[in-house]
Amino acid sequence: MIVVVDYGSGNMKSVMNALDALLVDYMISDNVEDIKQADKIILPGVGHFGHAMNTLKEKNLIVPIKEAIKEGKPYLGICLGLQLLFESSEEAPGVNGLGILKGSVIRFKGKMKIPHMGWNSIEKKKEHSFLKDISNGTYLYFVHSYFVVPQEKEITLTTTDYGKSFVSAIATENIFACQFHPEKSGQLGISLLRRFCEE
Amino acid sequence: MLAKRIISCMDVDAGRVVKGVKFVNIQDVGDPVVLAKEYNNQGADELVFLDITASHEKRKIMIDVVQNVASQVFIPLTVGGGIRTIEDMKRLLNAGADKVSLNTAAVENPDLISQGASQFGSQCIVIAIDAQKKGKSWTVYTHGGRTETKKDVIAWAKEVEKLGAGEILLTSMDKDGTKDGCDIELTKKVSEHVSIPVIASGGIGELDNFVDAFTKGKADAALAASIFHYKNYTVSEIKHYLHKKGICVRQ
Repeated sequence: MIVVVDYGSGNMKSVMNALDALLVDYMISDNVEDIKQADKIILPGVGHFGHAMNTLKEKNLIVPIKEAIKEGKPYLGICLGLQLLFESSEEAPGVNGLGILKGSVIRFKGKMKIPHMGWNSIEKKKEHSFLKDISNGTYLYFVHSYFVVPQEKEITLTTTDYGKSFVSAIATENIFACQFHPEKSGQLGISLLRRFCEE
Repeated sequence: MLAKRIISCMDVDAGRVVKGVKFVNIQDVGDPVVLAKEYNNQGADELVFLDITASHEKRKIMIDVVQNVASQVFIPLTVGGGIRTIEDMKRLLNAGADKVSLNTAAVENPDLISQGASQFGSQCIVIAIDAQKKGKSWTVYTHGGRTETKKDVIAWAKEVEKLGAGEILLTSMDKDGTKDGCDIELTKKVSEHVSIPVIASGGIGELDNFVDAFTKGKADAALAASIFHYKNYTVSEIKHYLHKKGICVRQ
């Protein structure tokens, strides 16, 4: 069973709608046992880094999520679900992230409008099976003010330009996480979700 | 590069998409789900539904419309019209809307913006501003353009940004329905005074109107309704034209 972790994220309904359209079996849960039993885990996004970590802590979900990833269960992180994998964020100084990946999350700086909101293109740094239907230069939907800076450069899967180039998706072993919202990126975004659910 | 967005707007009355000029000669255009799919297929970047239902009881129908559209069309969806409370916002967001658009309620109770932003995030909160030119400046109107306020548009735009709005939907009442382009001066001024995205609306009827909104008006997105309903242009035709003019669009 695919478990979508419920931690009060804003875009839960969009992710559910997309999974419903794909006719996949999934459950929404904030229960420790469900996460332990899960075959795959989706951590959706939109929200505040600090609030999200606090909620995960209150619900005792930090350990089970980390364990599940360590055990090799496929993990899909969307937006905040990408950012939470790292050690810290400028959005919530002093709050520890899940720390599964080394690096931090920083805010856009410059004359650009923030949040970075709308359709922007991705540049693939390497291939990944979930991106099979998504070619280089494809426009996907973004809405965020912070972006990840991984310490291990080799996990970068795609980059996107906004003022400067930032990491818009990463992948390593059983982890796939993206800053864009596949559930709001039209049919190509849905195809990414389908590949995560089916593979 | 971040693409300029083309937003298709639909007025919804009791569950049906309607069109009319300034609320007169209202005609049925079709089913919201069918039209949402059509505009999505044409390449619309976002959809906006404005609930113009007059009767309070029929407002519940909008929740079903949002649910039906959001479960079948996977692009950002904004809903506006008659939203007065945090509960109203919650209902629409839970139904599948990505953003809610506030107008009159935000002017009457600016705290609603900060409350909405802190509860749902700034990206969820769109503030719609209906502007009319008065001498050298612009005045904010509410209640669908029927009520004049004392607010200056630029000052109000800056204030809503400070309160946590994520985006401004700026409609020129002077240009609305004219099809001779959006108010470039107004759009440019607002866009330069805030650091959140600005959606230009009102008067966009020709291909070059879109070009001007983005280049001269510095808008981040352009919203139109009748141009799509009357099938003057499809979204893809507009985007093709913009691309030829060197404007970054999603194709």
